[in-house]
Amino acid sequence: MSAAEHIEPGEAHIVVSGLDMAYGSFVVQRDLNFTVRRGDVFIIMGDSGCGKSTLLRHLVGLKAPARGSVTINGESLWELDEDAREAAMRRFGLLYQSGALWSSLTLEENIALPLGEYTDLSKAEIAELASLKLSLVGLAGFEDFYPSEISGGMAKRAGLARAIALDPEILFFDEPSAGLDPISSARLDELILELRDSLGATVVVVTHELASIFAIGTNSVFLDAEQRTMVAQGPPKDLLETCTVPKVRTFLRRGAE
Amino acid sequence: MSEKPGIDIRPGPEGAMELALTGAWIIGAVLPDLDALLADPKIAGAHRLRLADGGIADWDSILLTYLRRLEGRVAERGATTDRSGLPEGVVRLLALAEAVPRREDTGAPGARPGIVTRAGEAVLRLGAEAAGMVAFLGLAAMAFGKFVLGRARFRGSDLALMLEDCGPKALPIVTLISVLVGLILAFVGAVQLQLFGAEIFIANLVAIGMAREMGALMAAIIMAGRTGAAFAAELGTMQVNEEIDAFVTLGISPMEFLVLPRMIALALMMPLLCLYADLMGILGGAVVGIFMLDISPIQYFNQTKQFLGMGDFAVGVFKAAVFGVLIAISGCMRGMQCGRSSQAVGMAATSAVVLAIVLIICADGVFAVLFHIMGI
Repeated sequence: MSAAEHIEPGEAHIVVSGLDMAYGSFVVQRDLNFTVRRGDVFIIMGDSGCGKSTLLRHLVGLKAPARGSVTINGESLWELDEDAREAAMRRFGLLYQSGALWSSLTLEENIALPLGEYTDLSKAEIAELASLKLSLVGLAGFEDFYPSEISGGMAKRAGLARAIALDPEILFFDEPSAGLDPISSARLDELILELRDSLGATVVVVTHELASIFAIGTNSVFLDAEQRTMVAQGPPKDLLETCTVPKVRTFLRRGAE
Repeated sequence: MSEKPGIDIRPGPEGAMELALTGAWIIGAVLPDLDALLADPKIAGAHRLRLADGGIADWDSILLTYLRRLEGRVAERGATTDRSGLPEGVVRLLALAEAVPRREDTGAPGARPGIVTRAGEAVLRLGAEAAGMVAFLGLAAMAFGKFVLGRARFRGSDLALMLEDCGPKALPIVTLISVLVGLILAFVGAVQLQLFGAEIFIANLVAIGMAREMGALMAAIIMAGRTGAAFAAELGTMQVNEEIDAFVTLGISPMEFLVLPRMIALALMMPLLCLYADLMGILGGAVVGIFMLDISPIQYFNQTKQFLGMGDFAVGVFKAAVFGVLIAISGCMRGMQCGRSSQAVGMAATSAVVLAIVLIICADGVFAVLFHIMGI
């Protein structure tokens, strides 16, 4: 919203250059280079265990690069001091695989918590905003439920409501369709696009759901678990047409050649 | 039970020897001995072996493992096997099992290393452990500094909840244990003091024992098992559910939001619990004094009052506050360091209690020496 207005769409938003990711001495992926542009729905895909979620943890600053850098709006999170880093991370919305709602708080409190921390709004205004965010994801009326009292799909949508609580500049999704039926998953895809357009946000999605990849992806990278690096990048539809890497072709065609 | 699994060796087509499988190859059946089979002179020199269905009545996965073992042994001899005569299902399953070659670079733990290696690794882990502890202490100290400056972010309602949990809710168990400890101290002392006819000094023994040592120690050990473990399990579960990550990505420090209220609550409540435990222990001692040694309640009270100074209480209360911080640190640290599995949560809780008790006893030892030197 406000943050996005003064920057043109299409400008480089997240730049990953020469990134190596490792757990101790075990290198997960090496030499990743790609750029996410403002307004993109950027898909991170690849076979299971290739490090997609690890890459996401690098992008949001939960894990430091073993080598190379990740910059957002030209700044590396690891070079900022603590306050600036927290301020930068506040511009992210992150939807975790399981929703990761705070289990000791009601849905409304889950969404109200970041609002209360970072705004000077009154309690009544915060409650109103929280209830608005819940309505946006189709959960109006569930304000007083605890995370353990709702279904997995609802927890995911509630997690999305929390992710957009602070009107983020970049929305990250970790396997949004995992554990959802095809109809809920398609509705979540529509919601993602809707939120991107209305918030003016950039969206990064980790997924291997082909339907979602083609429905929402405007750009993508493909990580290979065996070569431990990225083997293709570009809009998913173009990759389907033109990519010559056998693994990417079979992946995008669901195993059919 | 149908007929036993067996293998007939017979000449097959194109000069190959044929191994014809018969009977029911199911889990629980006694399988033909592989060594004996391969030692059979009829196939000793054969270069090609054909596996065939010679009347297999029934089969399950045990047939597949047997065939894989057989083929491996045959391949070691430089001979080949041909599966074309086997039932179609068996052939397909074997092919499926071989479709993805075995990965050798999975980083899976290999053979169990020798005792020297393991001892060395344990020592290295100790170093990493100490580094982790120092890092956690640093973060906790920074969070506390922010709290002192009034800049720490946490919810007052969380602190209130923690205070209630660490304080009033712990009273019943603290009551029980402290009264019993007082009773025990009095009993142990009574037997000895009766020898000298000095029963009245039981009041001194119990009062000093509870106020200086046992009150703080027992309260701390109860709280380590009760609250320290709960802290580790709560934070560990939040770690498993990515709830802690959710705080970090929202720019909310989990050290301030989760750890700080727990540390403050325990550090504030432990001294109070300790005073309460002191009184309960003295009460327990009085029960023994009054009913067993026939000391009058007034006499017991006067003896206690005359002998026990504020300094003795102060020693216990000070120690209790330190113990409270140690319990909170071990509980929260183990919770925050927890891995991402349910087993890790259990380990975090266990190790939080063990670490807390070790730290408490060590600190108590240090205090005993210090107070002795300082003459308190």
